[in-house]
Amino acid sequence: MSSLSKAFTSSIGKKFVMGLTGLFLISFLIVHVSINALIFLNDSGETFNVAADFMGHNIVIRIMEVGLFVGIILHIVQAIILTSQNNAARPEKYAYNKASANSKWYSRSMGLLGTLILMFLVLHLYHFWWPTKVAVYTHQEHNTFQNIVMIFQEPWVVVVYVLGVISLGYHLLHGFQSAFQTMGWNHKKWTPVVKTVGIWFSIIVPIIFALMPISIYLGWIG
Amino acid sequence: MSKLNSNIPAGELTQKWTKYKSSVPLVNPANKRSLEVIVVGSGLAGASAAATLAEMGYKVKCFCFQDSPRRAHSIAAQGGINAAKNYQNDGDSTYRLFYDTIKGGDYRAREANVHRLAEVSANIIDQCVAQGVPLAREYGGLLDNRSFGGTQVQRTFYAAGQTGQQLLLGAYSALERQVGMGKVQMYTRHEMLDVVVIDGKARGIIARNLITGELERHFGHAVVLGTGGYGNVFYLSTNAMGSNVTAAWKVHKKGAFFANPCYTQIHPTCIPVSGDHQSKLTLMSESLRNDGRIWVPKKKDDPRKPSDIPEDERDYYLERRYPAFGNLVPRDVASRAAKERCDAGYGVGASKLAVYLDFKANTERYGRIEASKAGNHNPDKETCMRLGTAVIKEKYGNLFDMYAQITGENPYETPMRIYPAVHYTMGGVWVDYDLMTTIPGLYCTGEANFSDHGANRLGASALMQGLADGYFVLPYTIGSYLSKEIATKPIPTDHPAFVEAENEVKATIDKFLSINGTKSVDHFHKRLGHIMWEKCGMARNREGLTQAIKEIQDLRKEFWADVKVPGSADEFNPELEKAHRVADFIELGELMCIDALNREESCGGHFREEHQTEEGEAKRDDENFAYVAAWEYKGVSEFELHKEELNYENIKVAQRNYK
Amino acid sequence: MSTGNMNLTLQVWRQKNSKSAGKLVDYKLSDISPDMSFLEMFDVLNEQLITKGEEPVVFDHDCREGICGMCSMFINGQPHGPKDLVTTCQLHMRSFKDGDTIVVEPWRAKAFPVIKDLAVDRSAFDRVIAAGGFVSVNTGNAQDANNLPIPKSKADAAFEAAACIGCGACVATCKNASAMLFVSAKISQLALLPQGQPERYRRVQSMVAQMDEEGFGNCTNTGACEAECPKGISLENIARMNRDYLSAKFISEEEV
Repeated sequence: MSSLSKAFTSSIGKKFVMGLTGLFLISFLIVHVSINALIFLNDSGETFNVAADFMGHNIVIRIMEVGLFVGIILHIVQAIILTSQNNAARPEKYAYNKASANSKWYSRSMGLLGTLILMFLVLHLYHFWWPTKVAVYTHQEHNTFQNIVMIFQEPWVVVVYVLGVISLGYHLLHGFQSAFQTMGWNHKKWTPVVKTVGIWFSIIVPIIFALMPISIYLGWIG
Repeated sequence: MSKLNSNIPAGELTQKWTKYKSSVPLVNPANKRSLEVIVVGSGLAGASAAATLAEMGYKVKCFCFQDSPRRAHSIAAQGGINAAKNYQNDGDSTYRLFYDTIKGGDYRAREANVHRLAEVSANIIDQCVAQGVPLAREYGGLLDNRSFGGTQVQRTFYAAGQTGQQLLLGAYSALERQVGMGKVQMYTRHEMLDVVVIDGKARGIIARNLITGELERHFGHAVVLGTGGYGNVFYLSTNAMGSNVTAAWKVHKKGAFFANPCYTQIHPTCIPVSGDHQSKLTLMSESLRNDGRIWVPKKKDDPRKPSDIPEDERDYYLERRYPAFGNLVPRDVASRAAKERCDAGYGVGASKLAVYLDFKANTERYGRIEASKAGNHNPDKETCMRLGTAVIKEKYGNLFDMYAQITGENPYETPMRIYPAVHYTMGGVWVDYDLMTTIPGLYCTGEANFSDHGANRLGASALMQGLADGYFVLPYTIGSYLSKEIATKPIPTDHPAFVEAENEVKATIDKFLSINGTKSVDHFHKRLGHIMWEKCGMARNREGLTQAIKEIQDLRKEFWADVKVPGSADEFNPELEKAHRVADFIELGELMCIDALNREESCGGHFREEHQTEEGEAKRDDENFAYVAAWEYKGVSEFELHKEELNYENIKVAQRNYK
Repeated sequence: MSTGNMNLTLQVWRQKNSKSAGKLVDYKLSDISPDMSFLEMFDVLNEQLITKGEEPVVFDHDCREGICGMCSMFINGQPHGPKDLVTTCQLHMRSFKDGDTIVVEPWRAKAFPVIKDLAVDRSAFDRVIAAGGFVSVNTGNAQDANNLPIPKSKADAAFEAAACIGCGACVATCKNASAMLFVSAKISQLALLPQGQPERYRRVQSMVAQMDEEGFGNCTNTGACEAECPKGISLENIARMNRDYLSAKFISEEEV
């Protein structure tokens, strides 16, 4: 095995990939949430559609989109490998383990939260990403905003989306600071700042995401 | 007496070691590779010896009964390690360290050995620092020192209250490095149960794999013991639960003399016994006596809380008896004084076997200084106590926490209760200048040998001796023996001597398991401890010792008739391990009493009530007892005394006085 | 003064050896003194078992003053029991109430196989240290100790990392049975000191490789190890190890 492949297959190397892809996905969330927030201009989606159209057609963005999928897949694949290794590291479980005494439930449930997010993501891609792609390749006009408004008329969809972003919030609550720790970016002065930013990020971003289906369903935006 | 040649090199004291090192025969590197050395024990002495011998090129096998060499009880040493570095520019020197150690040992240690110890002390600090041992430092980045009992200089290096831990982990890392390189083969969870002697030379050991119960034969061109002290003969001591005399006792029974067994160090500041369930005692570092004042009520059986007893009804007995040294008299003196008060009925606490160690006066004093620093020159008492507590916390926080943990009392509010406890044994296997026992090829290092501490060890000297022996002394001196062994081929372990030794061990194990009596091993251990503590403890007398010998002999018979060892020999069986250890402790206990009875004087940790001054101080008899008492095993309850005269050529022998 | 008045039910893991299966067995204990340490309570239990002709419970212990790291025991779902910053030997029965049921299990990890009852094999830790947890300096090679000034803050930080007692509570409590806190403590101690610099990047690579080989799990930064560590070893050490490892693997050209 070459030195680099040894590095990537080591425990810290795998965590490095998790952290790196995680941070990359976090940066994507910033773009995503900023564009979504445009609907709150309440201009019948005019600005939002311009941005969405740009995101759907710009070549740079479309290349980055491939990177995004690679990132998600790497994040998932590594998570599966790590989880199975971690399970194997304790073949016989404790009869009684009071984990709540030493760690947060969401820190211990990243796999579960990730799975929930993945399930949500499948639905989400089906709702929004797929129609956009179809439109791009069939050269049809596609009004993303109208599509959103339509989809969020269903109450169960709104509920699923809200639950999805709550999962995301908890996932981020652990993942944000954890990524920094994994990369070794620890500093007496700066780590507390990272942690605070992480907490606010994990709260604000999901709230903005959640406000979208809620406000559309309640007719605040339309 | 011919057998007891201490082999001290001729010449002037300060040149002996230097000359020895330059003239000791060497073993060439190719020959070293084919010479095998067995090291038993992985504490400071054992681990440092094993690592250094392997670095030099010998093939080393190292054994410990714990699950890792890092667990050895050296790890629990708190205070520090002495070295004559004179970093504090306070006039320290090799000679002063040598002198303090001889005097502290009440003039019962060998001059040449102690001087060598003082010489190599500085190298130890260099070596440990190079290994990455994080000793305490000052803001300038240089090493810090603290002062310890019995000296007038600051020569004690330390790492918070965990000096032993840090030094042991240094030696352990050096050892593991050699294990990783394949130069040391490490046998953890193995206990040495006999030494194999062929043609008068030590040639190997029988060890029991504690997990499988298997008996193993191991050959070595030489065998080194670094197996620690035997304080657990008292059942309750500050030693670890597993600390034992077995390896040392087995070699004693095979011909190695056992020297000065009665020299036991009772440490004055330990947490008192809280009940019959107690399994071990915990030390509170000697450093606490710097700021704590020791007292008992002036009234017998005073039922009041300590805080309700007014100043003039308290007896600060150390300050009263020893105005010059006060609370900082040496360990043996402080311990006996506490016992005297408690025996006279002034003890405190539920058991009445404790005295107070009170920090209030110094807390207040520190608080006043702090307040003054902050510009408050007339602080009220409350402010003083609050500020002072912070100072005390910074200095001794971890010790106070430990005390609170164990007793459930808050030592910041109420005085600590302390009582002396067995801590260290100065006696041990007799060795010559080369650290070789009376069995050629068998060496003994660290606390296990009869050591350099005479009749009383000074604080922070045990770590120094363990590492001196292991890093800097034994690796040289063993060459003198091994250089003559280069032609010796490894002896196959089916040699009759190995078979016989293994059969003996097996027979003992079978015996333990077949008795199937009614009482546990611990039951006998506790009874032995009780006899030893009462009659061969802090104060001894002819009558008590004579009784004790009889009682121990009876106890031995009862043990072999009525002990119950559950389980089998071919499994992990801690009760069986304990049975071996306690059987040996019982035999050792008898020898300790015999030795104490023989020594008709009081010196250091050995206090014979018949031999005291009018004020109750220890009275030495240099005319008749300035010798090392080395005992030869002749059979059950039979020991023959050999004397090694102690000649003081460089130091003037004087009576210790702390008044 | 010796006996107390606490009555307890213990559920203790009994397992004959590494090959056989184990199970929790109930024991009733009475007249337990709150001043007893947890291990002394086990001494009482064992004394009773021996008297009854049963096999005593095997558990690891040695110094009983919280420094050797030999005692283990997963007590009521936590390594070394419910109190912070103490080892099992320094846990006292006053931390429990009369009538309590206490579940006691061995450390559980693939890398720490059970030997018998509550005793496990932690030799994996020794092998990790043997892989690089040292400074390669033979006896006699050292320069004068004060030739190398070390800032007090660095020396103190190194000491804090070096305070690790190698008990394995971090592995025992980690949901992934990861040994990162233990390994990083040693790596940090030596990485913080000038003596450790020459081998700094070799060390981190070999020790992590050995850690992985031993079958410990991967760190997911839950922080349980730090919370349960009886010596308060900090998670900062793990970050420092990650940083050193990544620099060693992706920046340094030295291969191990």
